[in-house]
Amino acid sequence: MAEPVIQVENVSMMFNLNNEKIDNLKEYMIKMATGKLRYNEFWALKDINFTVEKGDRLGVMGLNGAGKSTLLKVIAGVMKPTQGKVNVKGVIAPMIELGAGFDPNYTGAENIFLYGATMGYSRKFIQSKYDEIVEFSELEEFIDVPLKNYSSGMKARLGFAIATAVSPEVLILDEVLSVGDAKFRKKSEAKLRGMIDTGITVLFVSHNTSQVRKICNKAIILQKGQIIESGDVDEVCDKYTEMINK
Amino acid sequence: MTEVKNEKSPTKKQYFKNFLKYRFLLWELIKKNIKLQYRNSILGVFWTFLQPLLTMIVLTLVFGGIFGRGKGMVNYPIYLLCGRLIFDFYSQATKKAMRSVVSNASIVKKVYVPKYIYPLSSVVSTFITFSISLTVLIFVMGYFNIFTPQKVEITPYILLAIVPILILLLLCIGIGMLLATLEVFFRDIEYLYDVFCMLLFYMTPVFFVVEDMRLSRKMEMVLMANPLYSIVSMFRSCVLYGQMWNWNWFYYSLGVSIFFLIIGVFAFYKKQDKFILHL
Repeated sequence: MAEPVIQVENVSMMFNLNNEKIDNLKEYMIKMATGKLRYNEFWALKDINFTVEKGDRLGVMGLNGAGKSTLLKVIAGVMKPTQGKVNVKGVIAPMIELGAGFDPNYTGAENIFLYGATMGYSRKFIQSKYDEIVEFSELEEFIDVPLKNYSSGMKARLGFAIATAVSPEVLILDEVLSVGDAKFRKKSEAKLRGMIDTGITVLFVSHNTSQVRKICNKAIILQKGQIIESGDVDEVCDKYTEMINK
Repeated sequence: MTEVKNEKSPTKKQYFKNFLKYRFLLWELIKKNIKLQYRNSILGVFWTFLQPLLTMIVLTLVFGGIFGRGKGMVNYPIYLLCGRLIFDFYSQATKKAMRSVVSNASIVKKVYVPKYIYPLSSVVSTFITFSISLTVLIFVMGYFNIFTPQKVEITPYILLAIVPILILLLLCIGIGMLLATLEVFFRDIEYLYDVFCMLLFYMTPVFFVVEDMRLSRKMEMVLMANPLYSIVSMFRSCVLYGQMWNWNWFYYSLGVSIFFLIIGVFAFYKKQDKFILHL
């Protein structure tokens, strides 16, 4: 029954923090010649271990800079960990940044296919979901307008509609529950709830303990790149509240 | 959406599977590059023909008197057009590929995509516009053969013109991936490469004929070391002179192209996991 969907084993992630960011050859040469090429090591994640089983909804909490986003990026495959291994079974829908694959010069309709392809879906598959996406995003009138003329709320709606049109095994949510206006937010929450109820695995990042309690059944707290607390959602949320109030 | 790519060393089979999964993205990006290039211009695709045609006329007016009178010269405007089309494809494809990863930083930073898709799609979409622009060559040749005495002999060798083009495509993919990798770490490569391309333009026999220049042996060797020299010469052999190319050109340009392809793919593969830290 309990089948591990996400396995994170001894994952550590190191960044080289330069005192100044060097992104051109000229500065690099000057710094090298004057012997100022220094790197400060910074471990954003240190030896993270956890397993998420099928149907689990895991809340990831922590203060700013605790390594939450890095952890999600490592799980989503955007970053490769410096050490350790991540195993994910099935399709992940990383709703970390909606609309990251959009092109402003493309129309809404063209962007649906482009974004779908960025997520690794075939044209045929997106075609079959096309009507559903347009309907959900409520953009029927504007679908042939270039995206640069969309408002930010419209873009977010389109991104959300595409990302949720598919049925992934793992859903990664990074505080995206605040898409669009109140009406659309309600609709999107209902949609997410519907997806969660079908028993998919969810990773949810938030500062908001009441939201975490509502969605998740398990939680972890990250602090300075390490897991300091993990377990049942209510226990961990209580600890987190305690931690903040200290 | 991603399937798992986090294993330490994915096998060849996984790479292939991953490519198959993202081939739609490659296709969408190629389509996007071409579509957007023409969307906001009134003349649209027509520019692809007009631009080489106009530069051909300008260069013929400027250099025709000096370089167009060599003893082996069959038809100077076509000589120019061949050189220019080939050189333009090279410089545009490599420049676009160079910027491709950096200009798609917002995607690369947030969603998993195989990163080589970006330089590859840039080169392939430039290749497609290049192929379209080749029709201008056909028209110009038709014009000269019908309306003027400066006829160009067309032989079956013209079909072999595809060979230098494919070699050039390999070269562009290799150099493009190498430049895309460098660009991520050092943004000023872009300016250096612009200057390099200008130098390369004068080193490639686009508007002059190396053999007619009466250069020292050493200087001639330097010019011939440029793989574009061999590629342009092969192309002209097939199209303009209607004869088989010098096989040394073939071996040399193929060798150099494969060399850069290996270097480019290797550099890209080795450094791609570091890209995100520098974007």
